[in-house]
Amino acid sequence: MKQIYLALIALLTFATTAQAEVKIQQITSPGGITAWLVEEHSIPFTSLEIRFKGGANLDAAGKRGATNLMVGLLEEGAGDKDARQFAAAAERLAASFGFSTRNDSLSVSAKFLSENRKAAMALLQTALQTPRFDQDAIDRVRAQIVSGIQSDAKDPDKISGRTFDELAFAGHPYATSRSGALESVAALTRDDLLAAKLATMARDRLHVAAVGDITPTQLGALLDELLGDLPAVGADMPERAKYQLKGGVTLVPYDTPQSVVTFGLEGIKRDDDDFFAAYLMNTIFGGSGRQSRLMEEVREKRGLTYGVYSYLLPMDYAELYMGSVASANDRVAESIDVIRTEWIKLAENGVTEDELNGAKTYLTGAYPLRFDGNGPIANIMVGMQMQGLPVDYIATRNDKVNAVTLDDIARVAKRMVRPEDLHFVVVGQPEGLEASD
Amino acid sequence: MRIPSLVVLALTLMVRPLMAQDINSYTLENGMEVLVIEDHRAPVVVQMVWYRAGAADEKPGVSGVAHFLEHLLFKATDDLESGELSDTVAANGGSDNAFTSKDYTAYYQRIAADRLELVMTMEADRMRDLRLTVDDIATERDVILEERNMRTENNPSALFSEQRTAAQYMNHPYGIPIIGWKHEMSKLSLEDALAYYRRYYAPNNAILVVAGDVQPTDVLALAQKHYGPLAPTVDLPKRNRTIEPPQLSERRLSYQDARVSQPYVIRTYLAPERNSGDQTQSAALTMLAELLGGNGQTSVLSRKLQFEQQKAIYTSAFYDGMSLDQTTFGLVIVPSVGISLTEGEALLDAAVAEFIEEGVDAEQFERIKMQLRAGLIYEQDNVQALANRYGSALTSGLTIKDVQDWPQILQDVTAEDVIKAAALLLDKKQAVTGWLSTPTTTEQVSQ
Repeated sequence: MKQIYLALIALLTFATTAQAEVKIQQITSPGGITAWLVEEHSIPFTSLEIRFKGGANLDAAGKRGATNLMVGLLEEGAGDKDARQFAAAAERLAASFGFSTRNDSLSVSAKFLSENRKAAMALLQTALQTPRFDQDAIDRVRAQIVSGIQSDAKDPDKISGRTFDELAFAGHPYATSRSGALESVAALTRDDLLAAKLATMARDRLHVAAVGDITPTQLGALLDELLGDLPAVGADMPERAKYQLKGGVTLVPYDTPQSVVTFGLEGIKRDDDDFFAAYLMNTIFGGSGRQSRLMEEVREKRGLTYGVYSYLLPMDYAELYMGSVASANDRVAESIDVIRTEWIKLAENGVTEDELNGAKTYLTGAYPLRFDGNGPIANIMVGMQMQGLPVDYIATRNDKVNAVTLDDIARVAKRMVRPEDLHFVVVGQPEGLEASD
Repeated sequence: MRIPSLVVLALTLMVRPLMAQDINSYTLENGMEVLVIEDHRAPVVVQMVWYRAGAADEKPGVSGVAHFLEHLLFKATDDLESGELSDTVAANGGSDNAFTSKDYTAYYQRIAADRLELVMTMEADRMRDLRLTVDDIATERDVILEERNMRTENNPSALFSEQRTAAQYMNHPYGIPIIGWKHEMSKLSLEDALAYYRRYYAPNNAILVVAGDVQPTDVLALAQKHYGPLAPTVDLPKRNRTIEPPQLSERRLSYQDARVSQPYVIRTYLAPERNSGDQTQSAALTMLAELLGGNGQTSVLSRKLQFEQQKAIYTSAFYDGMSLDQTTFGLVIVPSVGISLTEGEALLDAAVAEFIEEGVDAEQFERIKMQLRAGLIYEQDNVQALANRYGSALTSGLTIKDVQDWPQILQDVTAEDVIKAAALLLDKKQAVTGWLSTPTTTEQVSQ
C-alpha cells in the first residue's frame, strides 16, 4: 500500500470583475504527477482532462495518420474487454470517455459519477495502458477514417483550409491532415499503432486538470493508478514549421454555388510581448462576431455573406493569422475586395480609441462567463498548462487586456498586417477573380 | 430486474429532486409566461424569450419569413439603433443570439447576473416596437440567401434532406424547410416580415425563461416592470395547422450529386410526438431509438451490421419527440466498401426485423436507463441546456409538469412497450426511403 503524500503547492482564489471564483489547487500525486484541481462538491460527478503535448505531429515518417488511428482505437478494446464489452462497461457506469488528437496534442477527457469513480477509472486505465488494437477493430476504425478522408476531399471548407496549410507548411506535419492520406492509412499496421502510442502517450509531456466532486488526495491516488505506468519519455518533438506562402490568390475550381475562402498570413507567438495587442486588434477587426469591422462591412452593410471571421492561431511550431468567408460565386470577388480594403485600412490607420475601449469591456466582461460548469473549467485549466501559463494567470489576464494602448496596436498592426503578404485560397467557381499563382 | 447498485443510484436521485424545486413559474397579466431556473454556482444569467411561432406557422408562399424576421429583430426599434442591442450586450461582456425552429423562435443573452435588467429592457423593447426599413430588407435578405448557400446549396446531404422531408409531409408545413425555399426567400418583403411580427410577437405568445444566479421574486418584479406593460395580440390565432391525410403509399427517392463522397440510405417514418399528459408512446420510441442506434458500439444496429457482419461503416437510429405535431423516426446505414445501397437497405431491414423477433436485451435496456438517470446529475452542470429544454417544451405543446414527468416515464418503459412501438418500423406506407449517391454507380464510388 502506497503512502499517500500530497504536496499542495498553491491554493489561490481569484476574484474576477464578475466575482467568478475559481479556487485552483496545484497538486502533485504520490507518484509525482502534477495536476490542477478545482473542488466542486455540489454535484456528485467529476470532469477530468488529460493532455499530452505532441499529438499527431509525432507521426513517424511515412506513417501519417498513425496517431489518429491509434487514438480512435483506445476505446475499441482494452485489457480483457473487446470493443463492445468496453463500451458496455462504460454505459453500465454511466461514465463517458473521449479520445482525440490534434497536431499539437493528444486529449483524453472523462466524466464520471462519484459513486462509480473507482470502477470508471479502472476501466479508463485499461484504455490508456493496455489497449488491445485487435485486427478487426483496426480494420473497422480504419474504414471509418477512410470514409472521413474521402468526405473531406469533397467538402469545400476542408479543401480550402487544407490547401492553405499545404502551401504554407510544405514538408511539415502541419501541411497535411492528421487523419493521413488514403495510401498512408491503408498501409498502417498494428506495430505502427503500438509505436505511435509509445511516441505520444508519455509522462514527460503530460498535463492534467480536474474539476468536481473529488479531493486532492483522491485525485492524487487516481492519477497514479491511471497514468503512473505510462512510459517516462516519448518521442522527440518536431522542428518548427517554416511558413512558405507569399501574398496572392489561389483558386481551387470546384463545382458548387458558394465559394469558400480561407485567408491568412504568418501570425504571432502566444508568448510574444505583443500578443495581447494583436488579440485586441483582431477582436476589433474580425474576432468579435457581429461587432467586428469585417462583419459590419461584409455582412451588415453589403449582405455579402452569412459570416466572416478572423482569428489568431498560435500553434506550438508555427503561428498563423487566419480568416474565412463564404459568398455566392458571383459575389465572392467583392467580398475579397472589401476584406482587402479593410486590411489595408487596419495596416495604415490602426484602430480608434472607441473601438479599443469597446473591445476591452467586451473581453474583460466575457472572460469570467467562460468559467461555467465543471467541463469548461477543466478545459480552461488544462489549456493554460499546455500554453505554459502560470496558475495566477486568471487573476492577471484582464489587466493584460486593459494595459493595451493605441500605440501598441499601431506597432503590432505595422508588424502583422502586411497587405502584400495576405493570401486567399478560394474554392468554388468564383466570377471575376484571377489566380496569382 | 434491477441490480442493487442501480437502486442505490435511483434513491440518490430521489433525495436530490432536480427540477421540481428549481423551477418557479408565473404568468403576467398580459399572458406572458415566466420561468426561473436557479443556479448560483457562477454569477451568470441567461435570459431567453421564446415565441410560440416558428417556420410551420408561416402562411403559404412566404417560406423562410420566420427565420428572416429573426435576423431582422437585431435591427432598429423606437428606442434602439440597428445593432445596438448586440453591441450593448457585447460591451457588457455578454453574448447574444437567436434561433428559429419549426415550432418556435427564441432569442437569448448570456451576461453577468447583475445586468439582467439591461438585457430585459432591450428584449422587451423589440417585442412590439421594431422599426424596419426597406434597406434592412434588401441587405438582410442577401444575408439569409448566403446562409442558405452555406447550409444547404453547398451541402448535398442538406439538399437531400430537404427533398426527403418534403416527401414525408404531404400536407403539413413541416415539409417546408425552416430557412425557406430559395425562390420564396428571394421575394420576401417588408410587409411579409411585419405581418408575421405583428401577429406572433406578443406577450401572450411568449415565454420568458431566466436561468442562473437570480432570485425568482426579483425576476418576476423585473418582468412585470419591463414585459408587463406590453400589449397582447388580441386575435392571436390558435395553432391549428393543416393535418396529414392518411399516408397510404411508400415513398422512395434517390438524389445524386457529384459532391457526395459517401453514399448512404436513410429512411424516416411518420411518428407520434410527445403530447401533454400523454407521453408514453413517445417514451417507448425514444427508448427504441436508443436501443437500435444510440451507441456506436453497443446498439443493436452497430452490433449486427458493424460487428457481427462488417457490412456497414456507420449506422444510426434517431427520434425526437419534442414537436408540436407529428414527428419522424429515422434509420441510417452507411454501407461498407463493396456493399451496394440495395444490399445496405436490405441489411438494415433484416436487422430491424431480427430485433423485433429477438426482443429487447434486458442488460442493454438497463444500461440505457442507468445512463438516463445519470444524465439527470450531469445536466445540473449546464443550466442553459435546462433553459432550452423548458423553452422548447413549452412552445411544443408541453407543460412544466410534462417535462418533469418525462424522466420517470422513460424509466417506466417496458421491453414489451418497445417492441410494440417498433411495429411502426415494419409499415413503410408512412415512410420515405432515400438514397444519396454520386451520379456514377455506388460500386464505382466505393472503390
